[in-house]
Amino acid sequence: MTPLNWSEILLAVALRLWPVWAALIATFALSIIFKRRLGLYGKLFDSTVGMIGFALVMFWAYTALFAPMIIDHDVLSQVGQMKNVVPGTPMPDGSGYYLLGGDHLGRDVFSRMVAGSSVVLQIAPLATLFAYMVGITLGLPAGYFGGRLDDGLSFLANLVLAFPVILLFYLLVTPEIVETGLPQYVAAVIFILPLLFLLLLLNSRYYVKPGFRNAAAAVILVAGGWTYLSLVSEKDTRIAFLPDALDWIHVPPNILIVFVSVIFVNAPTVFRIVRGLTLDIRTRDYVAAAQTRGEGPWYIMLWEILPNARGPLIVDFCLRIGYTTILLGTLGFFGLGLSPESPDWGSTINAGRKLLTIAPHPAFVPALALMSLVLGLNLLADGLREESLRD
Amino acid sequence: MLKFLARRLLLLLLSAVCITFVIFFLTNLQPNLRKVAKFEAGSRISDAEVTSWLQKNGYDRPFAVRYGEWLGVVPGWTGTNDEGAPVGRCIHAGADPASAPRYCGILQGDWGTSSVFKDSVGKIVATRLGLTGILMFWVMVTMVPISLAIGILAGMREGSRLDRALSTLSIASTSTPEYVSGVVLIVLFASSMTGLKWFKGSAASAMDGITFENFFLPVATIALYGIGYIARMTRASMTEVMTAQYIRTARLKGVSFRNVVLRHALRNALIAPFTVIMLQFPWLLNGVVITETLFNYKGFGWTLVQAAGNNDIQLLLGCSVCAVFVVLVTQLISDIGYAFLNPRIRIG
Repeated sequence: MTPLNWSEILLAVALRLWPVWAALIATFALSIIFKRRLGLYGKLFDSTVGMIGFALVMFWAYTALFAPMIIDHDVLSQVGQMKNVVPGTPMPDGSGYYLLGGDHLGRDVFSRMVAGSSVVLQIAPLATLFAYMVGITLGLPAGYFGGRLDDGLSFLANLVLAFPVILLFYLLVTPEIVETGLPQYVAAVIFILPLLFLLLLLNSRYYVKPGFRNAAAAVILVAGGWTYLSLVSEKDTRIAFLPDALDWIHVPPNILIVFVSVIFVNAPTVFRIVRGLTLDIRTRDYVAAAQTRGEGPWYIMLWEILPNARGPLIVDFCLRIGYTTILLGTLGFFGLGLSPESPDWGSTINAGRKLLTIAPHPAFVPALALMSLVLGLNLLADGLREESLRD
Repeated sequence: MLKFLARRLLLLLLSAVCITFVIFFLTNLQPNLRKVAKFEAGSRISDAEVTSWLQKNGYDRPFAVRYGEWLGVVPGWTGTNDEGAPVGRCIHAGADPASAPRYCGILQGDWGTSSVFKDSVGKIVATRLGLTGILMFWVMVTMVPISLAIGILAGMREGSRLDRALSTLSIASTSTPEYVSGVVLIVLFASSMTGLKWFKGSAASAMDGITFENFFLPVATIALYGIGYIARMTRASMTEVMTAQYIRTARLKGVSFRNVVLRHALRNALIAPFTVIMLQFPWLLNGVVITETLFNYKGFGWTLVQAAGNNDIQLLLGCSVCAVFVVLVTQLISDIGYAFLNPRIRIG
């Protein structure tokens, strides 16, 4: 087989990505048809910038989703003759091509980039979500009650923010720290906050209907509690109280510490944003009306203030996923946390950077992938901000 | 104002103590100390030997006491070695035990000895900081004027075509972290792929003499990520100022657009970016670590990576203290500067 030229490579890559194109076209067609009925999401399709951003984000989301269908070579198998080969080189046994070349161990760069997208898109949004839960659960009371509570929490948040991120990663994301069980203890504290958040949300609204409240609380406690326990507990580590048969989520300790440190870095900023918004909204008339009605503080915080703070929070959420992606890349770049075999973009850039002047493609491809995803998220946030300001 | 300053300084001290305590705690965790013991006394020693080594070197005492010693507020630990000669934290190898000081912590200027570079930590950190200082200087020189210019041009006429183009450019720049832009820049300008080879892909030679060829890429890499953020903040501040009443008054009075921007708007629009630039230092530190690693420039960031990678506890502590100090001081400067620049904020 002869090597492919650049236009043939592009065509072949586009063909491999066919499920992504199909899903993208379907999403856009449906969204544009029904855009007037879809609220803020529908308005996104009025802004060019927002649409471009959304397309980029969804491109990577679908790539991550359909990754098993798109990948054409095994992510870890190494082929001796394919080390550092240029894009479009055929396999020695004639079974296809390395579309975007081979890396320093003879693995397919294209397949690793696609597989990396699912690693990144599994961790980044979830970690951001948890950071939000933590930030909201602490930021709302800090802004609403003020006083000592606010002083204390703000001091703590500023303390974490004064830590240079890279230093925190180097101190936290090491095998020695994992050995001490510290990430699991921190995780045990952090992961309980979302559960607490959900219970507070329920109780503040439905305490007048104790029957419904108790039933729903029981469901949340059993389902959430089980999830919580299986997240925190892991066989052969410091916290391993759940029997293996019941432990349905297996998070390796090295992934857990990545997760925890990313949440730890993001949560104080979310806290500050939520606190600031709460301070502002607290003075509005509808809050005073709710207070006069005799609503409890948690009802006001969660059902009056939070929904009215959603605009800036949604925008920041998009930006923050992008930032988290950058942080994950940084961790991979320094070889922290994730295993060196992992196809995530940061680790791949780290592996490729040593041979950058000879064989640039192993590092260049994931670098562009990471940049386009973050760019998409930033453009999406910009579009959302513009559209939400318009009304 | 004095009360405000005193309060800020007190908070700064409290933060510094808390943060150094956490860093000390994380670097002195038991597994880390055991690794140090194995590094110093040979990697094949048994667990019992590790424990006795830790005991002989004063690592088995309460944690708070060791933190106090390291800080220099508790007298340094002393003991005797196998031959019965006095050893201790403050007695350096080859020095006379009788003349050793009682206290030797960072407050006394004794930062300990690096186990990897075999030199005093204070000296290493000072040299490396000097090298990073040069890098930071050039980054600031390029980044600040470019980003302010972009922000002001974009914010001058909100919604214009220029604004849209520059804003998109800023968004693109904030989405390119250093390890991406570094890789892309090296591939474009220093590899055999495009064949341009205008610049060097390594800044190792820049430590002896800086040339445009070996220093442009690292500076551009760091500056690129910061430019977008500062430009966006400047733009936001500029658009806000441009809608203010006094700008409209000036325009109605007949002042030319050029003069309105330069004389009336600019000064007020630059208050917010000042804070942003100051608070950008901690992020720059991040960028410095990545860029120095990528371009093999042996400055502060590179040293931090080496210290962390080789479990060099004293050096890592030294680097951390410097980093945290930089962050806290820039926060203080930004607070004071903001209050100083903005007459609307009165501090009681």
